[in-house]
Amino acid sequence: MNVLLDHLAEFREGFIGTVLLTLASGLLAMVLGVIVAGFRVSPVPPLRLLGTVWVTLFRNTPLTLLFLVAWFVVPVIFVPGLSPWTKALLALGFYTSSFVCEAIRSGINTVPVGQAEAARSLGMTFTQTLRMIVLPQATRTVIPPLSSIFIALTKNSAIAGAFSVTELFGVQKLLSDQGFAIAWIFLWVALGYLVITFSISGLFRLLERRLGVAR
Amino acid sequence: MTEVSVAKEDVAATGELVVLKSVNKHFGALHVLQDIDLTIARGEVVVVIGPSGSGKSTLCRTINRLETIDSGTITIDGKPLPQEGRELARLRADVGMVFQSFNLFAHKTVLENVMLGQIKVRKTDKKQAEEKARSLLDRVGVATQADKYPAQLSGGQQQRVAIARALAMDPKVMLFDEPTSALDPEMINEVLEVMQQLARDGMTMIVVTHEMGFARSAANRVVFMADGRIVEEAVPGQFFSNPRSDRAKDFLSKILHH
Repeated sequence: MNVLLDHLAEFREGFIGTVLLTLASGLLAMVLGVIVAGFRVSPVPPLRLLGTVWVTLFRNTPLTLLFLVAWFVVPVIFVPGLSPWTKALLALGFYTSSFVCEAIRSGINTVPVGQAEAARSLGMTFTQTLRMIVLPQATRTVIPPLSSIFIALTKNSAIAGAFSVTELFGVQKLLSDQGFAIAWIFLWVALGYLVITFSISGLFRLLERRLGVAR
Repeated sequence: MTEVSVAKEDVAATGELVVLKSVNKHFGALHVLQDIDLTIARGEVVVVIGPSGSGKSTLCRTINRLETIDSGTITIDGKPLPQEGRELARLRADVGMVFQSFNLFAHKTVLENVMLGQIKVRKTDKKQAEEKARSLLDRVGVATQADKYPAQLSGGQQQRVAIARALAMDPKVMLFDEPTSALDPEMINEVLEVMQQLARDGMTMIVVTHEMGFARSAANRVVFMADGRIVEEAVPGQFFSNPRSDRAKDFLSKILHH
């Protein structure tokens, strides 16, 4: 108990760090995931290929390896001078986007083809059809898997702690290095994660209830 | 893809609106459309009939390129069908399509269904689009359902909304792909009446259907298809009373005598 009260500032900072990193990389993963899902169902073969490569690459690479790439390869080959936080954001966002993409694609596949055919028959372009007709109807199916993906993302963000980004799991290392009882530290850290993951599943359950499409 | 383009320029000048020339299509090993030649004049109502699997639905869907063709040409109002993209989208806006399964947008109200194409494709302003949508819904007799969602409507009502949605684009030609085949018998007539009115108003229509009564009363021409080919074309009176081909005689004897 004392560990928490004496180091509330560290715990709070770590908690906020995890929340912010999860939110930011979740947002990035959503945006990228939707775009890549669009690529994967596109009528243009090169875009489809790009989507497939993206998913294959990021879904099949261990996240820690992506972190290593973000830390040691990206600065050398692509953009130097990124902050650790940005690098963590990119690694988490790209990794998670591949899972988001596949969840959204499975949602797209549940929308009857006739819906897209009707939209195209009206003269709507592929992008209009996807954005206004297909994706809105795919949303509800996609919400349960997305909820799991974002919970996994929250927990995956712990890896950033090992790369000296301030977040909840890193607090554990900081304090146990100072010799505090490890069991208590872990308990408080775990509760912190629980608060975030429960909020996510609550939020998504609410969304699921709101977004029914009657057929 | 072999391009068979014969005298493209004289098409636009005449009254020919939809022209199919030597159209071929395969589904794997199945040759669904075999050397189809078909010309539809402006204002003409053509009914396509034939046994199931004869390729009539596929034919209908190739005209706005929901199905691609392997060879031959399709021109609409003198313009050959372009590849998938913006130009094709523009052309599709001029070709109304009514599906067997209605395909109303499930997440939009009836009114929104009829407004969407006008606003997003024709770039009509919202107020004008709504006015037009309401008058079209009134014309097909579902004005009171404007604020409901498609799932709350009967099949017949949904199909009439689908017709209104297509008409909202001011199409040059309307394609009907078995518009009454998914309907309960008591709802078929309400849809056919709307279509008959449309035919009387001079709309160019290509109708794939099993409704022989509609073919008799509304069609200028009946096209009989079997096994991917056009077997016979005639005015309805002649086709139904005195079919020339054995295939058509056989088909008519099966559907007309019970």
